[in-house]
Amino acid sequence: MPSVTQQDVIRLVYREARLIDEKRFDEWYDLFAEDAYYWVPLTHDQPDGLNHTSLAWEDKLLLKLRLERLKNSRSYSQHPVSRCVHVLQQPEIELAERERWITRTQFVYLESRGDDQQTYGGHVLHTVVLRDGALSILLKRVNLINCDAALPSIQMFL
Amino acid sequence: MGKYRGNPAAIRALVKDDQVHRDVYIDAELFELEMSELWANTWIYVGHTSQVLRTGDFYTTHIASQPVVMVRHDDHSVRVLFNRCAHKGTKIVTDKCGNVGGFFRCPYHAWSYKTDGSLFAIPRKDGYDGTGMAAGPAGRGMGEVKNVEIYRGFVFARLSERGPGFREFFGESLSSMDNMADRSPEGELEIAGGCLRYLHNCNWKMYVENLNDAMHPMVAHESSAGTAKKLWEGMPADLPKPMAIEQFVPFVSGYDFFDKMGVRVFDNGHSYSGVNFSIHSAYSALPDYERSLVERYGEQKAHDILAMSRHNTVYYPSLTIKGAIQSIRVARPLAADKTVIESWTFRLKGAPDALLQRTLMYARLINSPMSVVGHDDLHAYRSIQEGLAANHNEWVSLHRDFDPAEIGDTDRSVSGLSEISMRNQFHAWAKFMTLNMTAEA
Repeated sequence: MPSVTQQDVIRLVYREARLIDEKRFDEWYDLFAEDAYYWVPLTHDQPDGLNHTSLAWEDKLLLKLRLERLKNSRSYSQHPVSRCVHVLQQPEIELAERERWITRTQFVYLESRGDDQQTYGGHVLHTVVLRDGALSILLKRVNLINCDAALPSIQMFL
Repeated sequence: MGKYRGNPAAIRALVKDDQVHRDVYIDAELFELEMSELWANTWIYVGHTSQVLRTGDFYTTHIASQPVVMVRHDDHSVRVLFNRCAHKGTKIVTDKCGNVGGFFRCPYHAWSYKTDGSLFAIPRKDGYDGTGMAAGPAGRGMGEVKNVEIYRGFVFARLSERGPGFREFFGESLSSMDNMADRSPEGELEIAGGCLRYLHNCNWKMYVENLNDAMHPMVAHESSAGTAKKLWEGMPADLPKPMAIEQFVPFVSGYDFFDKMGVRVFDNGHSYSGVNFSIHSAYSALPDYERSLVERYGEQKAHDILAMSRHNTVYYPSLTIKGAIQSIRVARPLAADKTVIESWTFRLKGAPDALLQRTLMYARLINSPMSVVGHDDLHAYRSIQEGLAANHNEWVSLHRDFDPAEIGDTDRSVSGLSEISMRNQFHAWAKFMTLNMTAEA
């Protein structure tokens, strides 16, 4: 088995954002482990997603639902469609174990629909694991600086 | 002068028995009048007592576009004060919540107030000797909302001096709040799990109307709930359903389901859908929890409490609740086309965490700014806000299942597909918009 370098982990973080921006959602979905979660907490330093509300706390079933919905022409809120772009800072390795890494990546995120454009910022924590010789994402936690603000519809993936 | 101020006849003319004029959603002057009349003459939801447990605990919000602070006074009563310094108008507290200790202190010139809003101290007070300050409005302190009522921990305020009493206003609709609190083995609720705030670029009434609108889920939510249904199709029948599937799938039930679900309307704009059953009825049982209810209430009453599975109860105009899953949604209007919808969840005191986790799941799936259900609802509301600019038709149809016999009926249950709840809301709208309004000569 070829050894995994920190550069491979960082490459995965960039790829994950790019697949969203290019709307390659099926490929994006496959980056996540079967027991993975995509999490956008509602408060700063939120300890868990189970006993406190989050903007999103979704397992793979719910992620699948989102991306299948986007293929449905009767997703009315996608007329006109939304587009997004992630501008990422160089990911920093926060934790490196033999088969588990945590990266911290500062980002600016733009989401547009029709004549409207929204701007968000914060940092994202990826927990990446090595399983069966491949890297996959076990947790993507998006910490928005304004997670506690009254927010409009956010329709793509932060 | 605008079209509607001081013109109650023009306001009443906007509401017919079976349709309403588009201005109720889009006119800026009517929005101002809604805040100064409808939202002042009726009982508006402020917050829950469990948010201010200790003396000095406060929670800030606004009602009818006015800044208020709910606070626990030193006699343990809950007070609602205007969040405005008596001196120059500074908001006294600007955090969402916190504890002020024994008194409020203005961050600008240090005027301070007791937690009942009365003036406590002013630096170098002798500067006001011989002036009219003490006898004027500034001498009266922050100002307290006089008409405040607490029901099962829910705090309501009526800003206007003249208006209906609390019981008279809500009447039998209060049974939905009772059902939510009775579901606790201790008979009490506490706010838990945070507050989702979803910014809606539409009129507040579109949101409130939608909660008893049973003709939209199978259309607007086909792409979300319908996809959930498809993802689960073909799974073995004995495989436990994930909570998300259990919560999503009933949204795409057919017209017959929502027809039989029923809707019941009361006087003053209140109503609930789910007279006979609801989209929450088929959730998985929690045997330990149900046993604890039987221990408290006895077999029959525990059964009755759990069998009452109302969908959405509208406490017109500001509050909507889901007793069956202990969540509420609060409309906080900001402009004719701008509303914040707050979604709060409750812990049933003495109940297992699984119930809190269930209502939190529902809140994320349905009420979050990232909810795929919310996206399609808001898309529809915003489209109405824009579509109403078409001048060829100035009226919004509320004709479905209209029956002239319903007019004046103060407790009526009909098909869940009827638009009776919206007609009922607008009847109350016209009444409370003009309750204290006199025609200008």
